[in-house]
Amino acid sequence: MEPTLLVVQFLNGIQLGTLLFLVASGLTLVFGILDVINLAHGVVYMVGAYAAASTFVRSGSLALAIAIAPVAALLVGLLLDRLVLRFLYDRNHLDQVLATFGVILFVDEAVRAIFGPAALPYPLPPAFEWSLELPGGATYPAWRLVIIVSGLVLAAILFGILHRTRAGMVVRAAATDPGMLAMLGVDIRRLFLVVLGAGSALAGFAGALAGPIVAVQPGMGDSVLILSFVVIVTGGLGSVQGALLGSFLVGLADTLGRSFLTDLLRLLLPPAAANEVGPALASMAIYLVMAIVLLIRPQGLVSLRRAAR
Amino acid sequence: MRAATRAPVSVRKLEGGSVAPLVFVALALAVLGADLWAGPYYVKLLTRAMIVALAALALDLLVGLAGLVSLGHAAFVGIGAYAVGILAEHGITSGWIQWPVALVASAAAAAVIGALSLRTRGVHFIMITLAFAQMLYFAANSLSRYGGDDGLTIWNRSDFGGIVSLADRRTFAWLCFVLLLSVYVALARLSASRFGRVLRGAKDNERRMAALGFAVTRFRLVAFVISGTVAGLAGVLLANLTEFVAPAYMSWHRSGELLAMVVLGGMGSLYGAILGAFAFVLLEELLSRFTTHWALLFGPFLVLVVLVGRGGIAGLLARLGRIR
Amino acid sequence: MRLAIGMLTATALLVGTAQAQELRVGFMATFTGPGANLGQHLRDGFLLGLDHLGGKLGGLDTRLFIADDQLKPDVARQEVDKLLEKEKVHFVVGVVFSNILLAIYKPVIESGAFLISANAGPSQIAGAQCSERFFSTSWQNDQTHSALGKYAQEKGYKRVFLLAPNYQAGKDGLTGFKRYYKGTVVDEVYTQLGAVDFSAEIAKIQAAKPDAVYAFMPGGPGIALVKQYFQAGLTKQIPLLSAFTVDDTSLPALGSAAEGLISASQWAADFDNPANRRFVADFRAKYGYVPSYFAAQAYDAAQFLDAGIKGAGGRLDDKAALRDALRRAQFPSVKGKWKLNTNHIPINDFYYVTPGKLADGTPAMVKGELVFADYGDEYAKDCPMRW
Repeated sequence: MEPTLLVVQFLNGIQLGTLLFLVASGLTLVFGILDVINLAHGVVYMVGAYAAASTFVRSGSLALAIAIAPVAALLVGLLLDRLVLRFLYDRNHLDQVLATFGVILFVDEAVRAIFGPAALPYPLPPAFEWSLELPGGATYPAWRLVIIVSGLVLAAILFGILHRTRAGMVVRAAATDPGMLAMLGVDIRRLFLVVLGAGSALAGFAGALAGPIVAVQPGMGDSVLILSFVVIVTGGLGSVQGALLGSFLVGLADTLGRSFLTDLLRLLLPPAAANEVGPALASMAIYLVMAIVLLIRPQGLVSLRRAAR
Repeated sequence: MRAATRAPVSVRKLEGGSVAPLVFVALALAVLGADLWAGPYYVKLLTRAMIVALAALALDLLVGLAGLVSLGHAAFVGIGAYAVGILAEHGITSGWIQWPVALVASAAAAAVIGALSLRTRGVHFIMITLAFAQMLYFAANSLSRYGGDDGLTIWNRSDFGGIVSLADRRTFAWLCFVLLLSVYVALARLSASRFGRVLRGAKDNERRMAALGFAVTRFRLVAFVISGTVAGLAGVLLANLTEFVAPAYMSWHRSGELLAMVVLGGMGSLYGAILGAFAFVLLEELLSRFTTHWALLFGPFLVLVVLVGRGGIAGLLARLGRIR
Repeated sequence: MRLAIGMLTATALLVGTAQAQELRVGFMATFTGPGANLGQHLRDGFLLGLDHLGGKLGGLDTRLFIADDQLKPDVARQEVDKLLEKEKVHFVVGVVFSNILLAIYKPVIESGAFLISANAGPSQIAGAQCSERFFSTSWQNDQTHSALGKYAQEKGYKRVFLLAPNYQAGKDGLTGFKRYYKGTVVDEVYTQLGAVDFSAEIAKIQAAKPDAVYAFMPGGPGIALVKQYFQAGLTKQIPLLSAFTVDDTSLPALGSAAEGLISASQWAADFDNPANRRFVADFRAKYGYVPSYFAAQAYDAAQFLDAGIKGAGGRLDDKAALRDALRRAQFPSVKGKWKLNTNHIPINDFYYVTPGKLADGTPAMVKGELVFADYGDEYAKDCPMRW
């Protein structure tokens, strides 16, 4: 029984990791290219989920819902750039954090005012209401497989673009040394817009994928945002590879911590104490991982700037 | 070269020039006026604002002076508050015990967290302070002996054996005023001293200061510990004001709000942090009176402060002063 | 002069003179953040109650002050100070969450005002720290859990898997469940606060193969849990009993994923008594959604205040008389009956409830069989009040 449970929990960690990667990849590139901390990225994820949920409930078509989400997210992402972000390019991180924090406050409240404080319904169509039977009696829900597969496919496409095309090379170069690239005549702002748009679309897509699993409600982007920041800082700022690595590390640390930590502690401690300490430690797991990584490698797992130097 | 010509100006700004005394006179008048005319609620509101200002002041020492952006400062406020709450729960209500214990606890926590966090720089520093604060937040949540996330009611405020009675709101307000003033004076002196100059120098150019033979990290660690201790003092006062402690005091939103106050007031001027805290608390109070959707106004306001109001409220005052 | 006004209450009312005759009520709930939905239910219920009484509680002109605690204890404390010291309210009503109630408990009961909880019922206040200035129109937190524990016991589930958030109410909730459930607890899992992914926990459930799962998972995480449990195909295999998870506030978002799930409550929209029929019909007409127990309790709170103040002859400054009148107050509760325990928390009948349909086909939680009759909470014996 234990090995199957381990496999299932491993899959769960990967699934959480793929969702995080979809949000984190945009965040890390936006940071890498213009050194902009964009806290409003979580809001874009929420917009994706809301767009998908309201489309699905009205049209009944999941395909349409999932197609509309990235478009809506892209538009909101670019609108945010027009209204706020573009004024922040040359500011320090603190200004960026504060202004985009203001954006979070506003958009969360606006969504609450428009859609109401209650969660929106976003059920799955019956076609996805089945589970994969695993040997040993465990099952794995089809929709989570969809998330893993589509997330991994997108990650592969992203890496393909970044490492196999000229445009991707420019983006990678910009994330490593934007000043040099600007001197070479590349329009960094336009490049930034393209990356921001693509990153927003990915986050919106993640929102649409996660919607049927989680509760679609105001503020749903906040926790994802914090997790994504943990991911990109652990992985190494500006690096998509690092974001991928960080996503899986955080996804697995969180999931495995939640599943096994309390049981492990029960071997060492009396059950009451284990019940007390285990969940607290599991909640801290990802922060512990991040702190340890940063203490050993202060630049994160994959360090772009240092490699470039 | 540029840094050298800029230094005297920023030193003057840091000492508060002629503005800081005005801020404290205005504050004293406000407390007096609220007490005489506006009623007890406003005295309490001002007291709360002063306590929050103390925490913001602590953070400004780090952010404005040393250039270290901590996104985990609410944790130290929480440690100070919990020290009072936990001791009170065990029947130890004497302020002579509670306050020193709280301050030592927050200083110790700041020493450990600071020593580890200072190995990183920039955004990484922001995130690692957040990480430690989150760990403390989750730890507080699992303290079921002390109410877990429900928090802990403090049935008796810190007892100073008749010298000062915190139960009297007027005394409490003036105590907060005196503490805020003394901490401000102490920090302003500190920032004008050699210690402050080293920190500012390291903020502008860490390598140069290191080359000059300063153990930059040690200076920063001392700043971190002082800052954490002052934040802990704010926690002690907050616990006594609300007669309640809860993990919510330590959530990352609170750390973010403290940062917002520092930027709102104008970084690095110390008195700006006080103005920022007051603006924040009073604005929240005003806006929430109009509508429950007050964040719809407050969010754009923050954006505007960043985009238009460079230097925050302190910067605005400085500009006004120059025009005059 | 004061005495004279007191004796001439009725005439004073008629001519509407003295300021003292205006009733001032503070209503505090969570209107921003993740709990905002519940605050809205609570407020709408209270407003409808006030409406049904013609805007007058106990026949007095009533001024209502609404405050938002933002689910932050220190903000709640500040807001309640404002209600007490600036608005000088006679009653503070409402409060969705236990930690908020605990944060405002001391200042309100020490101020001379009365605190009426329309939802939260933490054990401290039900037990040793009870107060004659505190009344509840809802329950003690553990009661719903205990009712589900008894249900699980009566259903004969041998092995049950327990799941709750890692916070105090979660731990108390599972303790409440175990008070009446005597079978085997195969595992007791506490999840992270605000967690929205339960895949790891669901995998553990699948591995443990219990006869039933008991979950306490309020708010957004509860919605996520129920959806994921359904998607894993477990809803039909392993019964999911839950408290404060599947209710009329989450049902619209849950839809068919909640079908057949069991919860417990002391009220449901299909309770068949005249007061409730009027409440549900008018609530739906006025606000356009199905009321939840939050709304029902707050509606009762308005009726309770009305009856109590009337019983005290409209005299708000005689606190002892007002307290006695509140204790004796009788009114047509939407629950069908009204009885207070010695600790001022209602003695309720608990039914199991499950998603169903109202007479017109609208989805709502509907009443099942009775689980507990006249159930007073376990902490009342620790409360020193006797009356």
